[in-house]
Amino acid sequence: MNLRKYLVLGGVTVFAPVGDSLLSYGMKQVGNISLHNIHSLFFAMTNMWVALGIVFLLGFFASYMTALSWADLTYVLPASSLGYVLLAFIAKFLLHEQVSLTRWLGIALVSAGVGFVTTGPELTRRPPRRHVPGDRAATEHS
Amino acid sequence: MIRHAISNLNAWLAILAVVLSSSAGDVLLSRAMKQIGDLGQMRSRRGFLFVTLLILRNRYFLLGVACMAVSFYSLLFGLSWNDVSLIGPAAASLTFVANAIAAKIFLHERVDGRRWAAALFVAAGVVLMAV
Repeated sequence: MNLRKYLVLGGVTVFAPVGDSLLSYGMKQVGNISLHNIHSLFFAMTNMWVALGIVFLLGFFASYMTALSWADLTYVLPASSLGYVLLAFIAKFLLHEQVSLTRWLGIALVSAGVGFVTTGPELTRRPPRRHVPGDRAATEHS
Repeated sequence: MIRHAISNLNAWLAILAVVLSSSAGDVLLSRAMKQIGDLGQMRSRRGFLFVTLLILRNRYFLLGVACMAVSFYSLLFGLSWNDVSLIGPAAASLTFVANAIAAKIFLHERVDGRRWAAALFVAAGVVLMAV
């Protein structure tokens, strides 16, 4: 792990919660969408907040893809979950919301989970061969 | 009362759809990226356009993106029926556990005690933060 890799994980961490919050704010403005009216999900994207949320989620996607190119899925997902902790701190210190004791306990558990996974190796090494035997798709791209 | 029940049912159906499609998408995307290799190194060697084209013509990537699109629209559907404080954490925490299982089975990742603990701690923490 080097600085570049930590920055990529930071991107995954920050872009996802911000994007989700923007989507949530936008969808509250759009209103309920029933199964009979499912096509209006596409029109929801014309809402400014939903559109901005999508831009942030694209940023998340780019960093996520980069992280997955050099780390295991079971490393990237817990390591980038610090975003939930970030959201709680934004709620407490920027939005001045009341953060309950159970929520702080949740933050402690997420942080412990992140601590567990980041002390280990980020990639499962398979020295003899990189791909599953007989996987033609894997060899085509190597 | 009935409206409340329908709202809850739709929300949980959306959560299930998000968990299944998002785990499938994560596994497919992870597989695609492992095939392609370190994007940072490759971009400095071969250029941004080359890397983008390489990603876009990978079939696992395309399938993964399709799954993520299903997951995204399921999330939007769910958010229109219930609060983000239920949909977000429920979908996210279940996805952590589903992903650990899927990564072990389909990607043959070494999910040791430390990684199981991480997945379960994060999943439990996410639930507690929503209470």
